[in-house]
Amino acid sequence: MSEVKIYFNNIWLAFYTAAVGMRRTFLHLFTPAVTIQYPDVKLKLPERARNRLYVNIDDCIGCDQCSMACPVDCITIQTIKGTPDQDLGTTSTGQKKRLHVPLFDIDIAKCCYCGLCVYPCPTECIVMTDVYEFSEYDRSNLIYRYSIMTPQDIEQAKEKLKKSEEEAAAKKAAAATAAAAAKLAAPATSAPAAPAKTEPINPSPDAPGQAKS
Amino acid sequence: MIELLKSFLGDSLFVYLIAAALPMLFILPYALVAVLLEMKMAAHIQDRLAYMYTGWHGVLQPVADILKLLQKENTVPHVADKFLFALAPYLIFIGTYAGFAAIPFSSAYIGSNIDLGVFYIVAVSSLVVIGIIMAGWASNNKWSLFGAMRSAAQIVSYEVPTALALVVAVMITGSLNLQDIAKFQAGGIQNWLVFGGPLPLLQKILIMPFTFITFIILFLAGIAEVNRTPFDLAEAESELVQGYNTEYSGMKFAIFYLAEYANMFLVSAIVVTLFLGGWASPFGNALSGPLWGFFWFVAKGMFFIFVQIWIRWTLPRLRVDQLMYTSWKVMTPFLFVCIFAIGLILVL
Repeated sequence: MSEVKIYFNNIWLAFYTAAVGMRRTFLHLFTPAVTIQYPDVKLKLPERARNRLYVNIDDCIGCDQCSMACPVDCITIQTIKGTPDQDLGTTSTGQKKRLHVPLFDIDIAKCCYCGLCVYPCPTECIVMTDVYEFSEYDRSNLIYRYSIMTPQDIEQAKEKLKKSEEEAAAKKAAAATAAAAAKLAAPATSAPAAPAKTEPINPSPDAPGQAKS
Repeated sequence: MIELLKSFLGDSLFVYLIAAALPMLFILPYALVAVLLEMKMAAHIQDRLAYMYTGWHGVLQPVADILKLLQKENTVPHVADKFLFALAPYLIFIGTYAGFAAIPFSSAYIGSNIDLGVFYIVAVSSLVVIGIIMAGWASNNKWSLFGAMRSAAQIVSYEVPTALALVVAVMITGSLNLQDIAKFQAGGIQNWLVFGGPLPLLQKILIMPFTFITFIILFLAGIAEVNRTPFDLAEAESELVQGYNTEYSGMKFAIFYLAEYANMFLVSAIVVTLFLGGWASPFGNALSGPLWGFFWFVAKGMFFIFVQIWIRWTLPRLRVDQLMYTSWKVMTPFLFVCIFAIGLILVL
């Protein structure tokens, strides 16, 4: 192309391409907007969307597996062993609850929404919901406390456990003394006082729990 | 208009003050509408919705914006030249507003019915350059200064095609008075200068392509003169933050904003008056009283505001060399050809 031709061609192209673009934008003036008016209209989340954690504490057996699975340690669980005479009820999946859960805290500010805590739960009591609007002015409000036990309940449970442990220890001690007595009885001498006194100190309060679990 | 006011109020300073304030009564509501139109069009071209909460579909948003800007702190950079910094926005607005004095809003109203209207507008609107350079220099910010320099280079370059395009209209109408130019085109759409003006048929047909080219060039040069996309090198956001008004806040920024939109209308008004009949009704004598004249003038003006916004949200920014190329190597030679051809046709 000669210089002159290029010159006029450029001018033609400038107008032509501008016209193409402006036609396109003009058509877009009348296409419906894709905007979602968020607080008024919300998109439906996908079925497996992972958002705020929820714990159905009635179903929790205090197994601590969710807390162990958590990569950022945002779940804190404490348990108190139930005593044999107590019936803590069953979960909706029919599992028997054996532990009180006096503390089940989730620091949702730390949570990374990986969902790893959901899978190990044997009773499916920790789930990810589709709630995503839970900002707070104070960070401490983001620690969700799921335990429904009151301080009195916790106190009672602890006392009960202590008592039952003491009873168990006493029983054990008694059994031990009895055994010792029986042993001693065989050689036909009597010195039962000494072992009965020392024995109850031996088992520490959590020793039976560890042994059992 | 001034004569009418004089008959009511006598020959006092009040008459002139009122006459001078009348365009303001139009510019302020117009700026609100234009800001809203700009945002809404930007949004809808991008398939968004824009403001939806302030009033019905967000129509009150510009009012809210103005209220916000009124309350904002007026920051002045520590190293700025305080006096020039404070003066610049007002100077820019004065330059724009002075242009409105010679614009015939209707057959009954023109701020100042001077016989040098076209010349006056070209002269006075150049004051904006001083304001822009002042703002850029006084801000003591390199980006502001870059923006101001570019803007000055651009406006000075585009004065040439603008002035030449005005010459074309003046040649055909034989008057520099904008009111006369508008009157010349009265009597229906076929009499507008874009379509050759009210000349004998043969001349009209011969002249039509040239006036049409002139009209397009005048409009594009006008967009360039008000520093709008695709000629917005002065405030190229991606390169220069915001150009010469980077350091401004609060009411001073609002004045810049107002001046920009007033300038947009001034350009539209000049294009409309020179080539599209001004306040003349497109249906000849039907619907052509003074009030209808105002309506037609504003309607045509708003159409060009619409086109300017439309162009802004469609086309990307030109490079600096392309900008100069367009002005000096395309617009100016084309206009010389147009002037020559039209002169020839008119003489024959």
